[in-house]
Amino acid sequence: MQPLFRPRSRLLVLLAVLALVATACGGNDDPADGEDAGAEEEMDEPSEPLTVYSGRNEELVSWAFDDFTAATGIEVEVRYGDTAELATTILEEGDASPADIYFAQDAGALGALEAEDRLVTLPDDILDRVDANFRAPSGAWTGVTGRARVLAFNTDVLSADEVPDSVFDLTDPEWQGRVGWAPTNGSFQAFVTAMRITDGEDVTREWLEGMLANDPVAFSNNTGAVEGVARGEAEVALVNHYYLYRFLAEDPDFNVDNKLLPGDIGGLVNIAGVGVLSSSDNQDAAFELVRFLLGDEVQTFFGQETDALEFPLVDGIESPELPTLAEIDPPQVDLSRLEDLQGTLELLNDVGALE
Amino acid sequence: MRTLAGSPEPPAPADAPRGPRSAAGMHPLVWIPALVIGVAMLIPAIYLVIAASALPAGEIWEIVTDPSTARLTGRTLGLAAAVTGASVVLGVPIAWLTVRTDLPARRFLSIATALPLVIPTYVGAFTLVGALAPGGLVESWSGWRPPSPYGFGGAFVALTLFTFPYVLITVQSGLRGLDPSIEEASRSLGHGPISTFLRVTLPQLRPSAAAGALLVTLYVLSDFGAVSILRYSTFTRALYLQYRTAFDRAPAALLGLMLVAITVVFVVIEARVARDRGQQFGRRGAGRAVTQVPLKRWRWPAAALCWSVVLIGLVIPLTVVTYWLVRGLGAGESPNLAFGAAGRSLLVAALAAAAAVLAAVPVAIWSARSPSRWARLTERASFTGYALPGIVVALALVFVGIRLVPSLYQTLAMLIFAYVVLFLPQAIGAIRSSLLQVEGNVEAAARTLGSDRLTALRRVTLPLARRGAIAGGALVFLTVLKELPATLLLSPIGFDTLAVRVWSATEEAFFTRAAIPAMLLVVLGSVPLAITMIRERRET
Repeated sequence: MQPLFRPRSRLLVLLAVLALVATACGGNDDPADGEDAGAEEEMDEPSEPLTVYSGRNEELVSWAFDDFTAATGIEVEVRYGDTAELATTILEEGDASPADIYFAQDAGALGALEAEDRLVTLPDDILDRVDANFRAPSGAWTGVTGRARVLAFNTDVLSADEVPDSVFDLTDPEWQGRVGWAPTNGSFQAFVTAMRITDGEDVTREWLEGMLANDPVAFSNNTGAVEGVARGEAEVALVNHYYLYRFLAEDPDFNVDNKLLPGDIGGLVNIAGVGVLSSSDNQDAAFELVRFLLGDEVQTFFGQETDALEFPLVDGIESPELPTLAEIDPPQVDLSRLEDLQGTLELLNDVGALE
Repeated sequence: MRTLAGSPEPPAPADAPRGPRSAAGMHPLVWIPALVIGVAMLIPAIYLVIAASALPAGEIWEIVTDPSTARLTGRTLGLAAAVTGASVVLGVPIAWLTVRTDLPARRFLSIATALPLVIPTYVGAFTLVGALAPGGLVESWSGWRPPSPYGFGGAFVALTLFTFPYVLITVQSGLRGLDPSIEEASRSLGHGPISTFLRVTLPQLRPSAAAGALLVTLYVLSDFGAVSILRYSTFTRALYLQYRTAFDRAPAALLGLMLVAITVVFVVIEARVARDRGQQFGRRGAGRAVTQVPLKRWRWPAAALCWSVVLIGLVIPLTVVTYWLVRGLGAGESPNLAFGAAGRSLLVAALAAAAAVLAAVPVAIWSARSPSRWARLTERASFTGYALPGIVVALALVFVGIRLVPSLYQTLAMLIFAYVVLFLPQAIGAIRSSLLQVEGNVEAAARTLGSDRLTALRRVTLPLARRGAIAGGALVFLTVLKELPATLLLSPIGFDTLAVRVWSATEEAFFTRAAIPAMLLVVLGSVPLAITMIRERRET
């Protein structure tokens, strides 16, 4: 029996060593530290690291945190995840939450934290940087960048002129089977919520039913929808504007383009934004980070860096690649009201959009 | 099957069906840890009760009786039943082919057919769409449009391919524990290989096939990735939508509790199926060399079956991923080598596998060897965490962890604990079925020969559990590699794994950066399978 186990044990030891070496070389915190229960006493460090819960993707924003650390010396630790799941996590953690800052992909999630009194009012000098349309009237959170809803269309089969100027045109029978959407996606649901606010419950229901009568192609998220348009599964799709640039980076011949919808509810400009937690004991440093994200340098970069390419929200800073917000003429929607998603979810369920 | 009771290996004198197992009371070193572990596994269910109790009774009634609830339940059960059936139909024969026959490239296929398990369903489904959807890679390369991957059919095929290895691996382990002399007797009595497989081997595999099938069923109940991408609305999809859309946790918790109720039904069914444990076949032959069954003219059809599974479950996803890499590199994108993440994946998967096996051993021994009702209840309690979607278990541990053990919150220890809560049944199932292959009276015999209970446990029971422990550890290892929701919320901050890297990149269309982490997942996944293989080679 004995020799049976030797090769396996040797292999296991080798694997364990490899894992430890690779982990140590990985550059992140040594996970073994985590098990020390009492290791949190070291307060004589220059400043406590800031903890960010980020629903914004690591590939898109980690550079901003690195730059902040380089500029201020304040360490930033980031937990990346799904925007809604991280908001729920903060709610479940309660006042013991380790998070100092929450960076969300849409206004609704920030509104949900505000509704449960989990965010502090930001200082005026921060709020003054951003157009009042793109921050909470209460001052509990502010947008950092803007993201426009657009119609992405397949350039092999359609020209920009053939794509409608309003989402309300998509219920016309001529669009039967040609439209893609992502009804389970957060940005889509924020847009439906906005439509409920501006056009009312009945109009929204009618629009949804009209869309469903046209047999839309349902995708699970924006990435899937844009890719579906490229494959030709749908000719147009309701998505956020910035996914296109990612696909173009991966494939310069990518056969999809965006059509902006100035003045239409389908052209809603939502925000990616931040709030500082009321339970944070590191709020001053957190405000510093918010100031940094709204600083000229970072704002300019958000509008230029091809991976993100979002709308800067600070006055006087414009993206050379994108139209200005004035040109988009987004519908006036109080973004802090986008938090009523339960109503949207019920409506979508009711009309059968989530089947 | 009963006819075999008179086969050349007579059953040990079983005075009553449960006689041998009730003969010896269980040692407290077994049942006390088992009970503690069983209670810990109930944390998610307790959390759901607390969260759902925020709902007024009227609203609870409204959600439970809503017609869409019944519809979702029906759709979910239909999918789970179909995937489970197909997994057994696929998994049991492939297990037999890869363990017992002269299948060409048998050892390679034994690993390759199990590897689809490490591909996260959200990646697998996404790549299947990229390949098979209208206008996808297959159509644009060959001009032929494959059947649509969407809806019930697509979800059924994808989930079957990505979960049938649960049956495959548990049954392979079960096969390795069988006494070949019974099969040889059957062959010598004139039965051919197929007939012997159907009439002798198959009945003995019932406990392990049932254990693997239950793992498949409950995995399907908890899956979100495949059903959301392939557009098939299930209970778990609705539950995720509730969590992701509205921030009201109470209705989601109620859906979670209904999922727990469904789980109970399946666990009871499994107990029925596995009850006839094939014990009439007597004890395992010790250290016997197994003769390979010659497949003769079935050799190539059998190989074709295995290869087609490898093709759809492994080659297509990897081809799409490779295409991403090549296309992106051509466009000047940079890949993400993710070696650090690979190391962290390996670390947590190995730790979780070890922890799950340690925790599973007492539960499995107790429930396999004691007639106590508490033993069965404890084992079944462990299934709640496994059947619940990862996000529910993760949030439960957020809620409980930060309040009860704040110093451990979001540490490696907590993450490993979360994995154990999520995947313990995989280890228990494998260990328990390896114990059930051997009658409890071997321990009784050890005791009549003078061993005390502890010695019998150490020298008889534990060695018998070893084979199941290795299979169970491998299952947990493979499943942890692809785990996402708990890893995102409970890992030490900044601690990313390969699954996190793949998710992060595909979510925002950074396909080039997703490619290498996805390939590394498959490489790491072959490690435990290769270990099992090495053991097998040493034995035969």
